[in-house]
Amino acid sequence: MSLTMNKRILIVDDEPNIVISLEFLMMREGHEVRVARDGEAGLAAVRTLRPDLVVLDVMMPKLDGFAVLEAVRSDPGLAGTRILMLTAKGREAEQSKGLALGADAYMSKPFSTRDLVDKVKELLDRT
Amino acid sequence: MINGPLIIGISFTYLGLLFAVAYWADRRAEQGRSVIARPTIYALSLAVYCTAWTFYGSVGRATQNGLGFLPIYLGPTLMAFLWGSLLLKMVRVSKSERITSIADFIASRYGKSQVLGGLVTVIAVIGVVPYIALQLKAIAWSFTILSHYPEVRMPVHGDGPFWADTAFVVALLLAAFTILFGTRHLDASERHEGLVAAIAFESIVKLVAFLAMGLFIAFGLLGLGGPELPPIEDSPLLLPLLEPGISPFADWFAISLLAGLAVMLLPRQFQVAVVENSDERHLRRAIWLFPLYLLLINLFVVPIAIAGLLTFPDGTVNADTFMLTLPIAFEQPWLALLVYIGGLSAATGMVIVETIALSTMVSNDLVLPALLRRWRRRPPAADLGRLLLTIRRGAIVVILLLGFLYYWLAGEAYALVGIGLISFVAVAQFAPAVIGGLYWRGGTREGALAGLSAGFLVWIYTLLLPSFAKSGWLPPAFMESGLGGFDILAPMALFGLTGWNEITHGLFWSLTANIGAFLFVSSLRAPNAAEASQAGIFVDASRRTALASAPLWRGSAEITELMTLAERFLGSARTRAAFTQYARVRGLDSPDTLPADAETVYFAETLLSGAIGGASARVMVASVTDEEPIGLDEVLNILDEASQIRAYSRQLEQKSRALEAATEELRAANIRLQDLDRMKDDFISSVTHELRTPLSSIRAFSEILFDDPDIDGEQRRRFLGILVSETERLSRLVNQVLDLAKIESGHADWRTEVVELQTVIHQAVSATEQYVEERGSSVHLDLPDGSAMVWGDRDRIVQVLVNLLSNAAKFAPTGSGEVRVRLSPSPAGWRVCVEDNGYGIPESDLELIFEKFHQTARGGAKPGGTGLGLPISRRIIDNLGGRIWAESAPGKGATLCFELPAHPGNPSDRRPDHEPDHE
Repeated sequence: MSLTMNKRILIVDDEPNIVISLEFLMMREGHEVRVARDGEAGLAAVRTLRPDLVVLDVMMPKLDGFAVLEAVRSDPGLAGTRILMLTAKGREAEQSKGLALGADAYMSKPFSTRDLVDKVKELLDRT
Repeated sequence: MINGPLIIGISFTYLGLLFAVAYWADRRAEQGRSVIARPTIYALSLAVYCTAWTFYGSVGRATQNGLGFLPIYLGPTLMAFLWGSLLLKMVRVSKSERITSIADFIASRYGKSQVLGGLVTVIAVIGVVPYIALQLKAIAWSFTILSHYPEVRMPVHGDGPFWADTAFVVALLLAAFTILFGTRHLDASERHEGLVAAIAFESIVKLVAFLAMGLFIAFGLLGLGGPELPPIEDSPLLLPLLEPGISPFADWFAISLLAGLAVMLLPRQFQVAVVENSDERHLRRAIWLFPLYLLLINLFVVPIAIAGLLTFPDGTVNADTFMLTLPIAFEQPWLALLVYIGGLSAATGMVIVETIALSTMVSNDLVLPALLRRWRRRPPAADLGRLLLTIRRGAIVVILLLGFLYYWLAGEAYALVGIGLISFVAVAQFAPAVIGGLYWRGGTREGALAGLSAGFLVWIYTLLLPSFAKSGWLPPAFMESGLGGFDILAPMALFGLTGWNEITHGLFWSLTANIGAFLFVSSLRAPNAAEASQAGIFVDASRRTALASAPLWRGSAEITELMTLAERFLGSARTRAAFTQYARVRGLDSPDTLPADAETVYFAETLLSGAIGGASARVMVASVTDEEPIGLDEVLNILDEASQIRAYSRQLEQKSRALEAATEELRAANIRLQDLDRMKDDFISSVTHELRTPLSSIRAFSEILFDDPDIDGEQRRRFLGILVSETERLSRLVNQVLDLAKIESGHADWRTEVVELQTVIHQAVSATEQYVEERGSSVHLDLPDGSAMVWGDRDRIVQVLVNLLSNAAKFAPTGSGEVRVRLSPSPAGWRVCVEDNGYGIPESDLELIFEKFHQTARGGAKPGGTGLGLPISRRIIDNLGGRIWAESAPGKGATLCFELPAHPGNPSDRRPDHEPDHE
């Protein structure tokens, strides 16, 4: 089996159906999955749960994905957290902003499930 | 204490002071620090209008006919309102054409006609010399009366040889003073600065003297000190003063008009107002300051007249001398002296300026043309400048001696006493030619000649001759029966016109004849070349951009001959300087290299005009050049071209303004477009975002189901359900985007029908019944009896209601949701409110929820809608003429309401008047 077994993954998104699909995909890969419905809850969960990887949506109520990303990256204690940004906004500027702020990967919605799974695997293998 | 030598001493001291002021101002001018370059000095110099006739005579006039003295000052005051155009034009033309007198002005306007200039000069001399006589008389009388101090005694006329008469001495003295200050140079562009300063000074002196006297009397009348006057009684003498009136109106009007014209056309007024004007902006202050001066100097006329009549009730003292006899009677030697000086100021100021103006006219428009004719046969001496100055000085002496002669011969006769206004009427004859010439291009030389001659002849017949008859120089019968014994020709009731005073009568007939002849004769032929080109210069003077008098000249000339000609009048130094400066303006180093073209010839002619007048200058220049005649057609073409160029430039200006405006509009439109573009981008970006979200779910679950056929049945069903609902969401979104686009672009079809709100509410409730039940909520209706009718589109109203109902159900708490629909009358028509018991909407979001894709996560839950329901609802309600809004107290649920105007046939009058407005 791969090295990615039993990793903890946090999904932060406000679209219930997308959360369901992501949850299913990650659990199918054998990861432990937690869910947060908005940015604030997401940031709190990163701090308490210390996940290995966060799947982070950009457009969210209360605190958007970029703000969460910035907060996580400014906290040295959370340095090892890998972050995969998801966005329904397809503009390149968004993507480069996310990468500049320190996201490890960036995917546009709608995403290919296979690509997403591969990307998650790749990020978790990168140690 | 006051005796002859003292008065003579003071008079000479005063004249010496005047001399000093003039000398000082001349020196300052030479140093380039002009004192007269001040608008106040200009306005004060205009007050040369107030002569001894004002200073002493106003009181006399007031004793005879009350306020009758006022129109003489009212007219100029009213006329001052027109100066902004009329006088401004006169000043501009005179500067550009170097015009030196009113005769020059009129001659210049009608093609530089020597005959016209001569006629104007004759009229001015005949009209004004008696007026000068009046001033001499005033000085002589005031001297004699004062020398009898403390006795009040009227002078006796002519007891002694003429050379012993005070007036004779005065005339000679004034001639000397005038020569000293009026004829130092020949060029009118070098204005008589010293003279103007002295005149302005005199204006102050006479005003101060009059006000001092006035205050003294006013204090007496009011019992505040001053003279002890007898109490005011109901004397018939005082009647016109105590009960003043302005009847008959015709006379008031006529005399106001007369004075208003005289204040611009009297030779001395033209001299100070136009020729001596150093800056046309000075007019602006004169327009109010000069009338103010007139007001001040008239302030105490009536009190002084009353005091005079009270003090000298027996009529032995001439009312014209009250100004002087009153302080003598009350033993106020210093006041009497001050008044004497004031009167001297008024008289000398008038005499000096009038004489200079007349002498210029006589020399330029009478003597010089005669000499020019002689010179054609025999060439003149080289230095014409000296000759000209001598002519002018001779003219000054002759004019003053003529004035003295008239005074000596007329004595107490009416022909002297009543000459003031008669003189004005003579000068008023210039008005049609001057004013007509400034505003009408059609006037011709013959027209102006005919008008002036006709007016002048009528003036002689209706005013001058009757004044002679009244003086006993003509048989009195002349006044009654007129020429040849025809009553109809009676000079004072011409053509049976009676009921006006003689001045009004004379003014009416002379101006009628004048204007009639001017217009009629002018209409006989079109203006010729010279007249047309001058008309252009005069009429267009107020346009700054008017072509600076396009020189209409063609021929051949030698620059040296032009300069030699100028040198003969102006001397070689000044000629050289003037030509050098002109060469510099044209960008040349030396005047010798000047081309002898039309412009140079025009310059030489204008330069000469300043010395010898326009008409003579034209003749002189023509004598040294070889001029080819220019036809009228050509002149008109050139003028036409000029006016076309003006028209083009005006059009260009307009076009450039229009272009600027268009650019501005385009810029604004561009900004609007950019805004719209950004809004469209935002919209598309929002739409794609909203499309991507359900698409993500659909793709994810499709792939999951496709990749993994072994998913258990329960989960498969769940995923397939999500797929169905996301697909529905996607189609709903697409439909709504299209719907919104359709409404916004204005392509939506709107039906207009009568809609009963109760019916559509029921329809909407049943459409959303299933969804509401699924959410475990209930709907309550609160509808009034009777039909609530509105105009609108039934389906659209249902669409709005469905939106509001599903919104309410969505935000109401699951399981315990309560949705309330209330229909009530409102001031605007009918109001429908849909209320839920959810979390409510924060106040800051009450408006935002109607914006596209704004979705509030109320109570933390992401709403499942498209974010377009409320924006579409708002557009629908707007389109139906109503309004939609949200109310909420957070935590207590939200209420979304809309109002639609009631259908006119609707029994909305049923609604109670006290129904409070819930907004």
